[in-house]
Amino acid sequence: MESVLRATWVIAYRDLLRFIQDRPRLFGSFAMPLLFLIIFGAGFNRIIGSLAPGVDFIQFMYPGIIAMTVLMSSLMSGLSIVWDREFGFLREVLVAPLSRTGIVLGKVTGNGVIAIGQGLIMLALAPIIGVKIDFILVLKLIPLLLVVSVSLSGLGILMASRMRSQQGFQVLMQIIIMPLIFLSGVFFPVNNVPVWLEVVSKFNPLTYGVDAIRQVFFSGDMSVIASAAGDSGYVFGVTVFGHTMGIIEDALVMAVLGIILLSLAIWSFSRQE
Amino acid sequence: MDNGNNIIEIQDLTKKFGQITAVDSISFNVYKGEIFGFLGPNGAGKTTTINMLCTLMTPSGGRATVDGYDTLKQPRKVQQIIGLVFQDPTLDDYLTAEQNLRFHAYAYGVPKNVREKRLDQLLELVELSDRRKSKVSTYSGGMKRRLEIARGLLHHPQILFLDEPTLGLDPQTRYYVWEHIHALRKQEDLTIFMTTHYMDEAENCDRIAVIDQGKIVALDTPDNLKDSLGGDVVILEAEDSQKAILELEEKYNLSPQFQDNTITFSVPRGETFLPEFMRSFQSKLISINVHRPTLDDVFLKLTGRAIRDQEADSWTQFRRMMPH
Repeated sequence: MESVLRATWVIAYRDLLRFIQDRPRLFGSFAMPLLFLIIFGAGFNRIIGSLAPGVDFIQFMYPGIIAMTVLMSSLMSGLSIVWDREFGFLREVLVAPLSRTGIVLGKVTGNGVIAIGQGLIMLALAPIIGVKIDFILVLKLIPLLLVVSVSLSGLGILMASRMRSQQGFQVLMQIIIMPLIFLSGVFFPVNNVPVWLEVVSKFNPLTYGVDAIRQVFFSGDMSVIASAAGDSGYVFGVTVFGHTMGIIEDALVMAVLGIILLSLAIWSFSRQE
Repeated sequence: MDNGNNIIEIQDLTKKFGQITAVDSISFNVYKGEIFGFLGPNGAGKTTTINMLCTLMTPSGGRATVDGYDTLKQPRKVQQIIGLVFQDPTLDDYLTAEQNLRFHAYAYGVPKNVREKRLDQLLELVELSDRRKSKVSTYSGGMKRRLEIARGLLHHPQILFLDEPTLGLDPQTRYYVWEHIHALRKQEDLTIFMTTHYMDEAENCDRIAVIDQGKIVALDTPDNLKDSLGGDVVILEAEDSQKAILELEEKYNLSPQFQDNTITFSVPRGETFLPEFMRSFQSKLISINVHRPTLDDVFLKLTGRAIRDQEADSWTQFRRMMPH
């Protein structure tokens, strides 16, 4: 246990130290989400107009963009492992008397802190977009960002645990990131799409993260907003077997998935040579 | 052999990669406090053996203990008492020398009151005190290697593993690295386990194990190994090599080895043998060389091949060229 804790903090410490020194990465995670927010926002906002009373397209998209920032940042935990393997530092880590479980947890912790920090920095855009935020919202947001970050870091490390080259990892990441983002309800509500798309989206773990964060911004019950939107059914929210997911339920889905991904990541990382 | 004196015990250690047996059932012990050399050409199984001893690889068979701890069953215990310097750099280039060392101290749980003093002392030893706040990316290859040696010693290990500690370094730096290794051994109560394929460096070792194609082919002190050749080494070049070999075998009952158009063999006394041979040999000789045996000769004798500075595999070479 002591060895797990020491490994966790020493790896997290180094990742944070490294992060501060690594300027490009400081901004890297923001690039894609900001690009989508600005371009899609400018491009679609007028055509689409208001999705629900008082919610225009940019405002709808904005919580998803925060989730996307956390996603980008979290998958970096995997990239940092591949990077360390390629440049040798991973050997220094692997021959140290550190528990492998602790090493993985350290990566997740370090990245969690970075991801939450970056997610919260995105809140600075709220006044420009016209979304109201307050202290309570930030407090609610932090555990959600943490859950999203932990499960996606698990995915990143799982992918990285056997990858030998950065190029390979980057390719794999591109293959995974795009569908993960586009099918997660960041850009359109997943309840009001063709059946195949709806099914795929509801298997996507990020969908529940995006939904939970969005609910925090629109304070609570999606079904109320949804029914107010008209008789076409639920516009917002995620409905699984006729049940519209609440924040806690969304978080639970992410958490269970996170535990599975993380366990697999630890298992896979511990078995490598 | 006194068992209490062994710090490493290896028994039938084997590693297979698919069909290939990289390390083939090797057994030997390393004594406390010695410099133990592990000698062999690239691909002989040196690094694979080190990787198994330092818990980075799981053996396919056999077992190894380090200070009584089983590498497979008690990896954390083993890791705590060994220090490692690898062939390729394992530093974080983005961090400073100090930060790299501190990370190591935290990872090995070096107590706070010891840490900073130890850090100063080791940076002094490897002569990097003035560059301690520089990022490692600004270091030369030799400086990096020295920093790695300092780092490997930070947690007071009992054994220091050096995997080709001077590979890719210029002769001057190689000399300095060796100075440091000898200084260390005096200062710290240390056992050193090193691999090399530089024969002149192997002379620094107390004992040498020669490994070839995954098997230990000899284990002794450098002097004993050289004496085992029985006298002086003669290297001949003849216009008709076949004839010379035949004559050496039949008339003098020697066992010459033929490689790259040169014939190599040992005789008890070279200075009296050669005049006699030249008088009786009827064909033209191109060159003759006589010398006291070196470890190169030992290796040639043991494996039938000369050990040489073979090209590192292309990936390692590429890595060395990269400005990281």
